[in-house]
Amino acid sequence: MTGARVAAPTTATPMLRVSALTKSYSRGTSLLSRFGSGGPSTLKALDGVDLELRQGEILALVGESGSGKSTLAKILVGSTTATSGEVSYRGAEPTTRRDRESSRRVQMVFQDPYSSLNPRLPVGRMLAELLLLHKIVPRREVRAESIRLLNLVGLEEDVLGAYPSQFSGGQRQRLAIARAIAVRPDVLIADEPVSALDVSVQATILDLFTSLRAELGLSILFVAHNLAVVQHLSDRVAVMYLGRIVELADTAEIFARPRHPYTRALIDSIPRMRETSVNDAFELDGEPPSPYDVPAGCRFHPRCALASEICFATDPPLLQIGRQTGAPHESACLKADELATIPLPDPAQELP
Amino acid sequence: MTTAVVRASRAMRRPVRSRALKPWYRNGTLVAGLVIVGLLVLVALLAPLLTPYDPIAQDLEHALASPSGAHWLGTDKYGRDVLTRLMYGARIDLRVGFLAVLIPFVVGSVLGALAGYFGGWFDTVVMRVVDVFFAFPFYVLVIVLVFVLGAGESSIYLAIATVSWVSYAKILRGELLVAKKQDWVVAARLGGMSHGRILLRHIAPNVLSQALIYAMSDIVMDIMAIVTLGYLGLGIAPPTAEWGSMILDGQEFITTQWQQATIPGLAVVVTSLGLSFLGDGLSDLLTPERRR
Amino acid sequence: MTPESGTPLLSVQGLTIGLRRPGGRSVAIVEDVSFDVDPGQRLGIVGESGSGKSLTLRAVAGLLPRGVEVLSGRVEFGGRDLLTMPAKGRRALMGPQIAMIFQEPMTALNPVMRVGDQIAEGPRRHLGMSAKEAGELAVSMMARTGIPDPARRAKAYPHELSGGLRQRIMIAMAVSCGPRLLLCDEPTTALDVTVQLQVLKLLEKLCDDTGASLVFVTHDLAVVNQTCSELAVMYAGHIVEAGRVKDTFRQPRHPYTRGLLESAPDFDRPERELIPIPGFPPNVADRPAGCPFAPRCGYVQDHCTEAVPPLEQVLPGRLAACYESDRLVEVLA
Repeated sequence: MTGARVAAPTTATPMLRVSALTKSYSRGTSLLSRFGSGGPSTLKALDGVDLELRQGEILALVGESGSGKSTLAKILVGSTTATSGEVSYRGAEPTTRRDRESSRRVQMVFQDPYSSLNPRLPVGRMLAELLLLHKIVPRREVRAESIRLLNLVGLEEDVLGAYPSQFSGGQRQRLAIARAIAVRPDVLIADEPVSALDVSVQATILDLFTSLRAELGLSILFVAHNLAVVQHLSDRVAVMYLGRIVELADTAEIFARPRHPYTRALIDSIPRMRETSVNDAFELDGEPPSPYDVPAGCRFHPRCALASEICFATDPPLLQIGRQTGAPHESACLKADELATIPLPDPAQELP
Repeated sequence: MTTAVVRASRAMRRPVRSRALKPWYRNGTLVAGLVIVGLLVLVALLAPLLTPYDPIAQDLEHALASPSGAHWLGTDKYGRDVLTRLMYGARIDLRVGFLAVLIPFVVGSVLGALAGYFGGWFDTVVMRVVDVFFAFPFYVLVIVLVFVLGAGESSIYLAIATVSWVSYAKILRGELLVAKKQDWVVAARLGGMSHGRILLRHIAPNVLSQALIYAMSDIVMDIMAIVTLGYLGLGIAPPTAEWGSMILDGQEFITTQWQQATIPGLAVVVTSLGLSFLGDGLSDLLTPERRR
Repeated sequence: MTPESGTPLLSVQGLTIGLRRPGGRSVAIVEDVSFDVDPGQRLGIVGESGSGKSLTLRAVAGLLPRGVEVLSGRVEFGGRDLLTMPAKGRRALMGPQIAMIFQEPMTALNPVMRVGDQIAEGPRRHLGMSAKEAGELAVSMMARTGIPDPARRAKAYPHELSGGLRQRIMIAMAVSCGPRLLLCDEPTTALDVTVQLQVLKLLEKLCDDTGASLVFVTHDLAVVNQTCSELAVMYAGHIVEAGRVKDTFRQPRHPYTRGLLESAPDFDRPERELIPIPGFPPNVADRPAGCPFAPRCGYVQDHCTEAVPPLEQVLPGRLAACYESDRLVEVLA
């Protein structure tokens, strides 16, 4: 995006860094679709994204459907390519061609554990194939390494011969995680990894991510829509809206002092276990606008309670705003300071 | 942290046995299909040992005999034992049925799989060719081809192969279009595996079962085609025993010697039934999700 | 739910739903479920996948999937048993009296019919309106459910609308005949959180305005807290705890309810450690003898595995199916 972005005070080289990343899709190329609608035919899934994933952190990427968060995840694992911009790994330029080594470093855990495992492949063969292909261990140690991986994700040796259909959703997600860490990646991209699981199982998988980060030093990008889960798990949060990152800060900071009205609206939308009412000022009207037709000016202004003339005309960049508190905090809102004066509803008030 | 996770898992392990798969021999349809098809194959193989008669040699003195102790199903107009010809006929019909499926199965599956997986211009070309073949009725095309190539076993193979590969191509392409979007295929790519490896080792075991199940019904279809060709006089040349020509020969005596045309017809029905059972049973066996 | 209630609008008594197997043997998926819903009351039924919560709701609506049937029990609506009623009489109730809202509106709406016409269909059939009247009602219903530009949108087909709008269409369809009972099966699960809030508020407002009762099936405890006053928790085909939402959340008296509350992240208490429930729900085919939760329960005693604990009053206005309920007296932090 613009060069005005203030770098976060970090000394280590980030694991992954994306700069000025864009991704457009054109709406069909057939004659019919060209005649069909006179509207704009390019979908901007990503519209200038800068982000870094630091070593050993869990960074959450949140936003509504259509915000571009899944597209960003796909680009990071290399299953699709960006239209422009670049992805660098540990400060190094990316290789233009994806080779076995570059694909090894970034692995993915999928949302649906029922479609992410090959139904015809027993667990042991699934792991052995990857271990041998990437020469992680010599052939005679494959079995021992497989068992070690299974233990890491909380499963045992006796599942080596079993097929995926013999497992529950939570266990399948453990297997998918074992597969991802088998090739000793540095980065794990987890795309909504618990949203398809029952509540009582979610907690075990979230704990597993925390323990893997501690044990293996993994850096994890956690794509999610459930803010309660995000708050529980992640170190930092990046909020996406219509292909841009609109706010970025540490987890505690962003939830205590949201400085973008969209983040604020997301927080106020969370169904609460304690309160009965939420702050109506930040209930969003309408639906997320279509990424085919991004509003001019600030892309959030049509749904924003604070929007004024300046917001209709100016597209605000993501800027460092947290100087007064000392905590690094970036927001793409012209009214970030005004927003800071509107207090969050206090959940404690509702308690008798 | 790890130890805590591991400890939790001991208590949490779902007993694998309770979700174990049903063994193949508990699958009634599959067993019935295996028994029927197995018996037919056995009879075909052992035909020379099971009957004292020659299927071709004529014995005009005993022509059109009714069923008796010597000739269980009677004799035809040339005095040949009908049961003997039925058993020898199984050799021809089963062999042609099975062999005629092989080439289209392989060619159609490979072309369909590549078209579905890679898409693009290759897919367009293959599917346009498939559409052209699909536009003709199966029998019309087979009969015309056999007519042009001349009657005989090799013409039948060639004609059937030319026509029926398109079905396999369609099946595999459809399966691949679904399979390649599955997360486990994406995961295999992220695991650094080549397209060839993914197609052969990961996708093939998942999608070939549909083609294999179809092949069972295709064998039935091919046997019907041979019989039909035989009936039209375009099939295996007489005097070779073959069910289709037996029906053709027998139909002129349908009022006096009904068994001559009916029994070979029944043999076709029983074979079809056996292969259909086999196909159904295989589809259960090859779909682990359905075996619980 | 509350024992002191007057005449309930919906009364489910001893409902058992299952598969009838050849040879007279049957497998119960939902067993002996009883609850009442008073006029204007909002009941949330919570449970995980396979708990039988959706089947229970579908049995009330008469929409059980093929092969699954009510094996015993009564479902009374306004004093009449829906299960013994002739099919025609029951159909006449669906729409003007009872309406259902599904999780995925795309599959519940007819893809080749304009949404306005779909909304108008009910009033035309049940309220005897003319096409014109019903069409106008449809547009006003759409406006009431917060659909911008309803007259234009009424002419749209379902695929032309976003998920949130489709869900509003389905709600407009459900409330178009002014039902007294709204049955909701995870109506917001497929929606974004911001849209979920809008839809929940809409449902709340519609119930406030019309005095309709609500039965809301979901896996999300927080959504129940936001929407309902009464709660029933289902596990392995049984109601294991029932009571007022607020009281039950503060002091659950069944170990499963407690487990659910402790394993779900709570946005207002980020420091709290999540405690997963060990083990798995039992298979329908081989549920353990005794309490179905016993194999996963931290409070289990020998007698828990002998007989299924009955759903009994443990506090005024609270029912729990647990022999050890008295040991769960802690108030959750």
